[in-house]
Amino acid sequence: MSTVLDVKGLNCPLPILRTKKAIKDIAVDSILEVLATDPGSVKDMEAFCKQTGNELMESKDAGGVYTFKIKRKS
Amino acid sequence: MSDNQKSMSIIVTKGTLDWGYPPLILATTAAAMDLQVTLFFTFYGLALLKKKLDLKVTTLGNAAMEMPMMGMHMAMPNLIGAMPGMDSMATMMMKDMIKKKGVASVEELREAAVESGVRMLACQMTMDLFEYEAKDLIDGVEYVGAASYIETATKCDINLFI
Repeated sequence: MSTVLDVKGLNCPLPILRTKKAIKDIAVDSILEVLATDPGSVKDMEAFCKQTGNELMESKDAGGVYTFKIKRKS
Repeated sequence: MSDNQKSMSIIVTKGTLDWGYPPLILATTAAAMDLQVTLFFTFYGLALLKKKLDLKVTTLGNAAMEMPMMGMHMAMPNLIGAMPGMDSMATMMMKDMIKKKGVASVEELREAAVESGVRMLACQMTMDLFEYEAKDLIDGVEYVGAASYIETATKCDINLFI
C-alpha cells in the first residue's frame, strides 16, 4: 500500500516540506509516492532522503512529471 | 538536541520581500531534514517577525534585478525606480510572480518554520533602537543579545549570515 502526495506546480522548498509532513503520517516501512514538476526536486529528494535516513527507492521522469518512491525508515 | 543531530543557525539582517526568502527557505528545509535550526533576527531582519507582514521590494540600487516582461527581461533605471509608487508596483509584480510560479509566500514559510520548531531569536538591542515592542511580533520569540547567539553558534554545524 502506498500513499500518494501531489506537489505538482509547487516550487522549492514546498515539495520537500510537504514530503516531510506526509512521511510523518505514514507507518515505518510504508511507501510514499511523490509527484512533482519542480526539476530541482530530483536532486533535492535524493539529498532529503540521504539526510533523513529514508530510502529513495525510485526516481522517475515521465515527461516533466517526476515520480519519487520513498520508504519511511524511521 | 540529540548528540548526533545536525544544527544550523542564520543571522537574519534583511527584511525586504526578496531577502525574506533565503533564510526562511533554508530554515524550513533544514528543519525538514531533521536539523535543529536557530534564526537570529537583527536590524531589518526583525521585520520578518512582525505579526502582520507587509514586506516590500525596491528596485533601487539593485542592478541585477530584472523582471520578466513580455518574453524579455527588464531592469529598472534608478531614476525611474525612485518615483513615487514604483516600490508598490515592483512589490505587486513580484507577489504576482510568486503566486504564478508556485513559490510559497513568506507568511507560509514563516508558519512552517514555527511549526517545525525553528528557534526564533530577536535582537533586544534592535528592539530598543527601532522602538519595536514584543506585542508587535509573533509569539514564541526569545529576546536576546549577541552573547546568546554566539553561544548557540559555537554548537552549530552550519552558521550563515544573510
